[in-house]
Parts: sequence; C-alpha cells; structure tokens
Amino acid sequence: MIDLDDTDRALLRALAADATQGAGALGRRFGLSQPAAWRRVRRLEEAGVLKGRRIVLDRAALGFGVTVFLGVKLATKGRVSLEDFERAVTAIPEVQVVQHVLGLFDYRLRVVARDIPDFERVLRRRIMTLPGVGQVEANVLLSEERRPGPIG
Amino acid sequence: MSADEIDRRILRHLLAEPDLPTAELAARAGLTTATCWRRLDRLRAQGLIRGQEAVIDWRALGYEVEVSLRFILDKTEPRAFDDFIAAAREVPEVIGIETFLGRVDVRLNVIARDMAHYQEVYRRRILTLPHIADIEALMLVATIKQAEALPL
Repeated sequence: MIDLDDTDRALLRALAADATQGAGALGRRFGLSQPAAWRRVRRLEEAGVLKGRRIVLDRAALGFGVTVFLGVKLATKGRVSLEDFERAVTAIPEVQVVQHVLGLFDYRLRVVARDIPDFERVLRRRIMTLPGVGQVEANVLLSEERRPGPIG
Repeated sequence: MSADEIDRRILRHLLAEPDLPTAELAARAGLTTATCWRRLDRLRAQGLIRGQEAVIDWRALGYEVEVSLRFILDKTEPRAFDDFIAAAREVPEVIGIETFLGRVDVRLNVIARDMAHYQEVYRRRILTLPHIADIEALMLVATIKQAEALPL
C-alpha cells in the first residue's frame, strides 16, 4: 500500500475539490516545482488512489430536480439469482448507482428523475417490475455534501 | 440559460468519459474542437457544469470497509439537524453527508480500515453524535453500478 506524506494529502484534497488544476498550479500552491508536483500526482494515479474524474453538474438546472435513494429488498432470494436483478437494474438509465449491501435491504439505488411524477413513473414501470423485487423504501435527497475524508 | 440538443450531446459524452481531451470529445459529439470549447466554456459560465472533482479510491489507501449509516434524529430538538451535521463534519472517517425527506433523516457514508477500526469509529465517534433517535447500518458489499450519467 502507498505511503502518503502531508504534501500528498494536500494534493489529494486539492484535486478532490478541483481536478482541473495542472501540475504548475498545484506546485505554486504547495511550494513544489512543476515536475515535482507532476511526479507526485503521477505516483498517486499509478497507485490507483486517484482513479479518475467526476463531472459535477447542476442537475436541477438540467431538468433533473429529484434524486431519490431506494432501499430494495429482494422477495425471492435463492430462486431468482442476484445476477438477474443486477442485470435488469443497471440497464435503467435513471438509476445512477447500484450497491449490493448487507443489512435491512439487499440493494441501495440512486435514482434521478425530472420531478415527482417522473419519479413515480420510474418507480412503477421500471423498479417495481424488476425480477425478484420485494419491499422498497424511498427517501428523497434534500442535500448532499462530500467530505475530504481521512486525508483532511 | 437552458441546454440545447448540442449541449446535451456534449454532456452525455463528457459524463460517460470525463477524462476525454476536448478534441476527442468534440469528435464524438460531431463538432469542431473550437465549437466544443466555446460550448464547454458557456456551460461552465452558466453553472450547468459546476466543476470536476478527482475521485479517490479509498481502498487503495487501505480503507476496506464502507458503511452507509442511516439516522433518524430526535426532531423534538429544534437544532437536531444543525448540531448533528456540524458534529459529523468533525469525524474524519465520514466521507459524505446527505439529508433526506422520508423515513430516514440523515445518511453518513463512513469508511474504516477494517472491522476493528470500524467498531472503534462507530463507538467513539458515531454513537456520540448528538440527537440520535435511531441508527441503521447498511454494509457495502459491492458497487455494481456507479455512473454520474443523466438520461439527458
């Protein structure tokens, strides 16, 4: 596993906030030469710590005003394979995230919709018709905040 | 201020592959590089594209355990949300905070190096957060789908 020093952690924090910063800007910010900053970022990428970029959009301004998290319990575990459910659920374009979990539910889904009637359509036509689906709990997202985590 | 069909085409390709150089993005969207640049600049200026964040793979940093903790807060306490969220921000292992309309009030995404470390974080930092009425834990087994894509 890769060892991080304080400078690596500062670089990770900076890139997690804004991934468009190049080695020159990062170097000036943290007192490194451009090649030194570049080498550090490269090392973090090669170790798999930096695993790509995420585009942050204003979903509401693009017409997707509603995000809902669903907890899904399978009704027919053992008979219908988890693979069938997973294959069907990942094909739904409104479903952004599918996580297999242990606990009260079997799966956690993140679903985007234009508004509440659109969400109802997705829920009824797409989610409730999935193979093996049982109890479903919906919670409408009001706010979300990413934290720097243990590199903070 | 709204996105037209060309903007949506750019965003679809960009969301599918955020690391694409602009020239390649332009080619895929069927535009000249100059047009694509101008469009991206405008989408950023309008705030439809808010930014780009680096994605950190916590597993590559030795954090093997990820748990979704769902809280029901004591709503007889008027400051329950504010106090709880302010205290949760102080816990380094919390990488995300979400609030909801539904049965669940707040969700914390918590990472830990292993189960022993999780147990310690849970007892010392989570159970001591203010105004908790109930907690449910969903332990992440596997992420099946993780897409920022919108059905644009």
